Amino acid sequence: MTEGSLRTPLAKVRGLGSAKNGTHHFWLQRLTALALVPLTIWFAFSVASLATADFPTVLAWMRSPLSAVLMLSFLLAGFWHMKLGLQVVIEDYVHGEWRKITCLILNNLISIFLALTATLAVLKMLLGG
Amino acid sequence: MVEFNLPANSKIKGGTTHKAAAGAKNVRDFKVYRYDPDSGENPRVDTYEVDMDECGPMVLDALIKIKNEIDPTVTFRRSCREGICGSCAMNIDGTNTLACTKACDEVKGDVKIYPLPHLEVVKDLVGDLTNFYAQYASIKPWLVAQTPAPPDGERLQSEAERKEIDGLYECILCACCSTACPSYWWNSDRYLGPAVLLQAYRWLVDSRDEDQGERLDNLEDPFRLYRCHTIMNCTNTCPKGLNPAKAIAEIKKMMVARQV
Repeated sequence: MTEGSLRTPLAKVRGLGSAKNGTHHFWLQRLTALALVPLTIWFAFSVASLATADFPTVLAWMRSPLSAVLMLSFLLAGFWHMKLGLQVVIEDYVHGEWRKITCLILNNLISIFLALTATLAVLKMLLGG
Repeated sequence: MVEFNLPANSKIKGGTTHKAAAGAKNVRDFKVYRYDPDSGENPRVDTYEVDMDECGPMVLDALIKIKNEIDPTVTFRRSCREGICGSCAMNIDGTNTLACTKACDEVKGDVKIYPLPHLEVVKDLVGDLTNFYAQYASIKPWLVAQTPAPPDGERLQSEAERKEIDGLYECILCACCSTACPSYWWNSDRYLGPAVLLQAYRWLVDSRDEDQGERLDNLEDPFRLYRCHTIMNCTNTCPKGLNPAKAIAEIKKMMVARQV
């Protein structure tokens, strides 16, 4: 509470009012989590089965449309879920206003950057010569 | 950032020991947190040796005996001494509970008594609940209805509708759950906490209330509601055996239900 403020406790609690969102974030986090259950199992089995494969074998595997679309789904759901989760961690623990905003911005930009990079890698394998 | 260490002026220093009367056979050590912000001194933990042969069974009995017979400066809240007023909520043996319903026998070794965690301490075992009560007021804990009550009687509920508020109306607002919640520790300025959200749900499912949508609108917020990460400390600690975590999950389900 702000020292010396004469605002009533109720005024402080009501603050700027309800943000009128939060459910969308909650829902997407559950949705991506749900998608990641089968996708992660698929990813783990695929990586394990390709552990000793040479590059042309992996490339051929990735060029199958099913592998490519599952891989893209895994990556996008994963990075999206990561972005949503890290946002919650930042909101929970980082309290300085500027520090919080900086962290939230970096979280968004870095997550998008990583997702695009990973997507490009898959597309390059899928479509590249 | 969240502070994990106590500030220098909150670090606990060694306290004094008050010996039991000579001849006492069944002596138990009560270690009680002592702090007086006006004194400018750091908090300390005083030890009181209590003759359990001359003391009632509950922790509150021991505290009252200490205050009456050993040290009248020990400060704590108490009223009903039967778990219905919520005044004597404190941290006993590492768990938030009511001193009046916690038996000394349930505690092994010394009985350690601290105020509810993460509240400003007014004195000794008394925490400042101003923000907690304001949060309670903010959810409008009363019946809101446009339809006037029948002129010749009360607003009726079916038996099934009345059952909906079982496990909710019993909450005595002792604040054990909210002050046990890490999310509430870090963000109590914006997160309403388990006790207030359980109360909010109590009105959301009251069949006589007509303000369900507005109540949900008021909670639709990343901080007010969604700081709950289902840690479950609230449910584990509730001295009335209620389940605030479930009430919060039900509110989240209502939020989703009106969108999909």
